[in-house]
Amino acid sequence: MKTIATGNKAVAEAVQQARPAVIAAYPITPQTAIIEQIAKAVSSGTLNSRFISVESEHSAMAACIGASLTGVRTFTATSSQGLLYMHEMTNWAAGSRLPIVMANVNRAVAPGWNIWADHTDALQERDTGWLQVYAGSVQEAYDAVLMAFPIAEHEDVLLPVMVNLDGFALSHIFQPLETVEVGDFIAPLHLPHAIDTRDPAGYGVLTGPESYFKFRWDIERSMRDSVNVIQSVQEDFSRRFGRSYGFTEDYLCSDAEVVVMAMGTLGKEAEIAVDLLRVEGIKAGSMRLRWLRPFPELNLAGREVVVIDRSYSFGFGGVLATSVRSRIKREVYSVIAGLGGQEVSYEDIAGFVRRRCIGREDWFGVNGHV
Amino acid sequence: MKIPEEEYLLKCTAACAGCSDSLTLRYVLKAAGPDTVLVVPACCTSVIQGAYPYTAFNLTVVNIAFAAAAACASGMSEALRALGRKTHVIVYAGDGGTLDIGIQSLSGAFERGTDFLYICYDNEAYGNTGMQRSGGTPLGARTTTTPMGKRHQKKDIDAIVAAHDPPFMATACPAYPRDLFQKVRNALTFRGPSFIHVLAPCPPGWRFPPEKSVEMGKLAVKTGMWVLYERRHGKLSLSAPSKTALKNPAPLEEYLSPQGRFEGMDGADIEALKRHISENLLKLASEEAKG
Amino acid sequence: MFEIRIHSRGGQGGVTASRLVALAAIHDGKYATACVFYSPQRRGAPVISFVRIDDFPVRIYSHIQNPDLVVILDKGLLETVDVFQKLKKGGKILINSSEGKIFPGFSSSHADLTQIAHRERLVVAGYLILNTPLLGALARMGVVSLDSARKAIREMFPDPRNIRAAEAAYREMSP
Repeated sequence: MKTIATGNKAVAEAVQQARPAVIAAYPITPQTAIIEQIAKAVSSGTLNSRFISVESEHSAMAACIGASLTGVRTFTATSSQGLLYMHEMTNWAAGSRLPIVMANVNRAVAPGWNIWADHTDALQERDTGWLQVYAGSVQEAYDAVLMAFPIAEHEDVLLPVMVNLDGFALSHIFQPLETVEVGDFIAPLHLPHAIDTRDPAGYGVLTGPESYFKFRWDIERSMRDSVNVIQSVQEDFSRRFGRSYGFTEDYLCSDAEVVVMAMGTLGKEAEIAVDLLRVEGIKAGSMRLRWLRPFPELNLAGREVVVIDRSYSFGFGGVLATSVRSRIKREVYSVIAGLGGQEVSYEDIAGFVRRRCIGREDWFGVNGHV
Repeated sequence: MKIPEEEYLLKCTAACAGCSDSLTLRYVLKAAGPDTVLVVPACCTSVIQGAYPYTAFNLTVVNIAFAAAAACASGMSEALRALGRKTHVIVYAGDGGTLDIGIQSLSGAFERGTDFLYICYDNEAYGNTGMQRSGGTPLGARTTTTPMGKRHQKKDIDAIVAAHDPPFMATACPAYPRDLFQKVRNALTFRGPSFIHVLAPCPPGWRFPPEKSVEMGKLAVKTGMWVLYERRHGKLSLSAPSKTALKNPAPLEEYLSPQGRFEGMDGADIEALKRHISENLLKLASEEAKG
Repeated sequence: MFEIRIHSRGGQGGVTASRLVALAAIHDGKYATACVFYSPQRRGAPVISFVRIDDFPVRIYSHIQNPDLVVILDKGLLETVDVFQKLKKGGKILINSSEGKIFPGFSSSHADLTQIAHRERLVVAGYLILNTPLLGALARMGVVSLDSARKAIREMFPDPRNIRAAEAAYREMSP
């Protein structure tokens, strides 16, 4: 069905298609519309789920863990401070091997209070064992949430999945959306280690130095196996619903001499910068990174790379820039832009590419930089 | 009332000799039966289970982060009811995970009317990490972070929980195992949140010999330092041992002097505790009389 | 691509106006996006919303730099906000006002949306609803078709006063 929706509404619509049994969530700007829509659907009977209005984000994830352990599908959503507060439990969720799906509306981290788009929140979760995907449009936010469930729940994965969408820029923008009838694309969940009081076991018990590392390796093994699962779920989605997704979204990369990389809405707007640059005779392309974890192989041989980071790892570098540099084993031009919702337009992006200096890092808007 | 023979705590737990936690849990599990999930935040019980790949608890136990027990139980209870299952969800937490770091999630779960039983076994300090003070430590008690004796009164978690209007709440002590057993059984008949606060005398923490745990529990009740009661929809009924104590409470010194944690306690603190005890007993007695 | 910037105050329906316009444009067979520049919201605070209409998917998320059309729902904003900032040369202006104003270099129109809203008793929580009549005015200006305007209004606000207000604005506004 063709309609128009905000990113938040699209996420809520997709969640309703997935029909989780339990949703536990706490409100935080700019996520609130997601849980309000879901609460409305639950109270009107359209969605037969139990909605728990927990008293904090830490509790939201704890409740999802409790529910998920019984073998039912669960969902939550948060942003920024909420995600940070949840951090102990996001670790617990991945370590418990639970296929929880969470929408995170990317928002800057306080202090000072800043409610606008920034990737710091999700990037601070990158080591937890959660899979992470970043949407570039309302349609993609909807599709990514739908796909998150079969990916998370696949027996070779059994890890939680975070779907990211830029605060306000994507969560609140109104764009056309085509919804689907999900049918059996999302199969019923079978959690192999669900609790069974007839066959009791201890979960999360004391695990000593001789054993603990084995469980950590198990997580990584599943993370590596998830690459094939993501691919096949995306292919299945494409066959059924006609929209194709990869690990990146590449625009005019095949004959590009310079590729600009970014995540989220900046990565999408970069395509217009590419169009502008092409008119000027610069053979540019854009590669929007969708999957941050597992971090994909990148097809960047023979191209100069400009990486735009909407976050920073203090004392080291832009998270995406340093990740790309280590993947392709050569230098890039790193631009730090868009922090706290800083306005970055296609003109600015084109400017980064024109003025690129491989091996350098520039902070957009800082004196003496770009 | 027949107490079932079946044991769910197997031999070779990692508990201390004389551990009231284990004694309590033994009766809790006999009362609840096998169709139970025990949700255990960081506390002594996390360790008492033993280490992977073994467990000394022959039932489903979900270990969870310190602050999160009631929230985890919340999600689990909702999911189980959605699946149509009647499995008991029981949080089994220490005083730290209940009165302090766990209070937010406890309050939320109770305010939402979650169908579960929350049992706090209270050894009046952070036992698992070496006996640092908690909100449950009584006035004057020495702990590793209150070496001169705690300056503040014990946090009244029962009043806080009562303010949430749970259908059922009670206090108990493993020195009175039948009373504890019955209260767990009673709690599990109620839909919605119930709360049982269990005094758990702790030999290494309170510094008394391990064979005296039951005796300490009885002294706590006889002196009125710990009052046994039930509240059903708020209506109070004192349990028999406390009714007796009310009529003629034993001198508080009988309870304080065998415990190293109260050694050298200030006379003024002892008086303050005595006042606190008699005020509390009177308050509860008159509330019950009004009935 | 056609870009519209709408200036209003919190509570006047400027945000919803942008969605209505986008929805109507989609009914016209175009691609449209709408968004708002958000600050923590308070009733009465100035709000800016954006609409982009194009034949192809719009990939822009940054603010509109050079709008083709500026809509001012509260003419008091003329004094406090630079509403015409970077409006394209020869660009259009639509003011909610009972009388026209000349802005050199631009093509200005006006529509008395306030009066129309009053007449149709389009009031919610003490605030007049200006967005549905606005859509009628925009249809008159050719931004969207009247038919699609009606469809969009019916979908979002089925109360018949809304369509009547839109049709009134379509008829009554100055060209």
